[in-house]
Amino acid sequence: MQQPKLGIALLVAVTALALAGCGEEKKPEAAKTQAQAPSVPTIEIKIGHVAPLTGGIAHLGKDNENGARLAIDQANAAKIMIGGKLAHFEMIAEDDQADPKVGTTVAQKLVDAKVAGVDGHLNSGTTIPASAIYHQAGIPMITGSATNPMLTEQGFDNVFRVVGRDDQQGPAIANYLASTDKPKVVAVVDDATAYGEGLANEVEKTLKAAGVKVLAREKGTDKTTDWKAVLTKIKGEKPDAVFYGGMDATGGPLIKQGKELGIGAVFAFGDGACTDKMAELAGPAAEGMLCSQAGIPPQAASKSFLDAYKAKFNTDPILYAPFTYDAANLLIEAMRKADSAEPAKYLPELHKISYMGATGRIEFDAKGDRKDAEITIFSMKNGKIAPIAVVKAGQTLAYDEFLKSMGGSGGK
Amino acid sequence: MDIFLQQVINGLTLGAVYAIVALGYTMVYGIIQLINFAHGEVVMIGAMVALTVINLLAAAGLPPLVVLLIGAGCAIPVCMLVGYGMERLAYRPLRRAPRLAPLITAIGVSIILQHLAMLVWSRNVLAFPQIIETRVYTVAGAAITNVQIAVLLVCVAIMAGLAALVYRTRLGIAMRATAQNAQVAGLMGIDVNRVIAATFVIGAGLAAIAGVLVGTYYGVAQYTMGSILGLKAFSAAVLGGIGNIPGAMLGGVLLGVVEALGAGYIGDLTDLCRIAGISDWLTQRCSGGGHFVLFGSNYQDVFAFVVLILVLVFRPSGLLGERVGDRA
Repeated sequence: MQQPKLGIALLVAVTALALAGCGEEKKPEAAKTQAQAPSVPTIEIKIGHVAPLTGGIAHLGKDNENGARLAIDQANAAKIMIGGKLAHFEMIAEDDQADPKVGTTVAQKLVDAKVAGVDGHLNSGTTIPASAIYHQAGIPMITGSATNPMLTEQGFDNVFRVVGRDDQQGPAIANYLASTDKPKVVAVVDDATAYGEGLANEVEKTLKAAGVKVLAREKGTDKTTDWKAVLTKIKGEKPDAVFYGGMDATGGPLIKQGKELGIGAVFAFGDGACTDKMAELAGPAAEGMLCSQAGIPPQAASKSFLDAYKAKFNTDPILYAPFTYDAANLLIEAMRKADSAEPAKYLPELHKISYMGATGRIEFDAKGDRKDAEITIFSMKNGKIAPIAVVKAGQTLAYDEFLKSMGGSGGK
Repeated sequence: MDIFLQQVINGLTLGAVYAIVALGYTMVYGIIQLINFAHGEVVMIGAMVALTVINLLAAAGLPPLVVLLIGAGCAIPVCMLVGYGMERLAYRPLRRAPRLAPLITAIGVSIILQHLAMLVWSRNVLAFPQIIETRVYTVAGAAITNVQIAVLLVCVAIMAGLAALVYRTRLGIAMRATAQNAQVAGLMGIDVNRVIAATFVIGAGLAAIAGVLVGTYYGVAQYTMGSILGLKAFSAAVLGGIGNIPGAMLGGVLLGVVEALGAGYIGDLTDLCRIAGISDWLTQRCSGGGHFVLFGSNYQDVFAFVVLILVLVFRPSGLLGERVGDRA
């Protein structure tokens, strides 16, 4: 387990060095100014990042971590002064294995390491129990991807999220489905995790409100690869649409087997299965599926973020990287505004922040949720998910119209 | 009815895979009374090797079936080598040790193999290349794919081949003799070590085939895929009577069908709205065509293991029994 982490760390270090290469000429100068004014002390600020780096969704976890790392490296390069000291940010990246038990252990570890703030976690199931630990320690945390409403309903003043909630995402995809495909009967399946079940509940509620008949809930687990029994049962009820609340690792086999069984329904998914990997896992069966992502697609994030990410990691962000990038930047911005890295001092700044991030303007409501969070609807076309519509504050906009409303270039 | 038939077809396919894996457990148990918990990992390695080979050959422009067969052709010897290696390095030195020692070693081997695979093939869920175009046939309203038919045929072929091996060849006679009494078999001039190694190698070869079938059928492969599959197959072997080859086949198929039917019907059976009249609260809860399902299809695994426990309570040695005199 140590080897690959070391490998990744080395890789990142090498990339960082290579990137720093172009800025090297400036460095001696900066060092000189520091040498001339030896009174400029530095302050070490630790920021924690947690996501699963092992297991079925390790690729998404790594993506999250990359986003946070980019923000922190940029902040270090910008030589921010906090409390009269030159701030040096250090990221402590932890692996919670998408397991709630490990999530709390790791959270405690970060608290013990005296981090100033936490960017994470990825899954709702790990974020919710971990948030209680950060709350006790008074450490602000911002998640870029945990969408379960419960997280911000606990009344913790240190918990924020820059991404939409399931109770926004669920209604968005359900409304889109109900208004464009006009199904009469819909089957709802979930993977029995906090995320999948929460999302499926919201979808079911909205569909029922729209007068659509919803079949009895079917469940799998977050490791299920054989969905045939569940799908066969569903097939007997002849639904017009099937919604699955779960991740791509299980959603891929689900849609593949559904098509094999000859279910002619539209398959719709939440953000966990809203990735290109679906086409890889399910082959041509994934074509035409619908899915939603809280927020805006990574490719619609600001160009400066996308270019910097590509330059640093030599790959494109997969899913939530723009959000974890914004989350890390928000922590740093609040520290800068409060002129302190003390959690108690900069926390009030987070509550009243108004920050233009890679995913648009970010402000928080009283619960710590992002105001007016967008939800994007995607469809699988030729093996890639392509945005087709954006739902914002109850309004559905076609994707092209949305880009125009954002200024054409996306994000800014 | 077509739904029932569909569930049975699903269950038979799943059961056929369990059966092939269960054979590996049962053969080894039959001959040296060792539960080789690393067997599930051999299945995973088979799937992973085939996946790698198929990905490498994808650009070569060969017919898909040929590519898949080459993939399996590479996976089988690799797995056989792994099977031989673990017998030679981990189990043979412990052959005279108390039975608990090799059992714990087997768990250790399983963890080692799993993590080696993680280092080689990464932690991600990998897409098993979908090179075989899935064709769906409809039989009496139920869908069956060409892959499912292939899984069933391969399973029957393996069963027949194994029966021929055990009952018709010199190696088979040697295996049965070793199973009955290794010491006496040795005195009769049978190279017991060679026979035991051969058993491991054959079981590993079958595991490789199972790995390729699972990969092709589900389209996914991951370094952890062997553990739950191995556990289920082990249960199947116990269900049929461990150490007993026809028992492993029967247990596998039965477990698969029970699982599919269980997952398919448990939700309906435990839907409390079926008895909605029993209390006002329930009637209210169920009004408007609602459902109040006590156990959903996510209890699929539980269902299979409940059946296992029930069978073991009434027939502790499994359905067909541990045939002590005739095992192998």
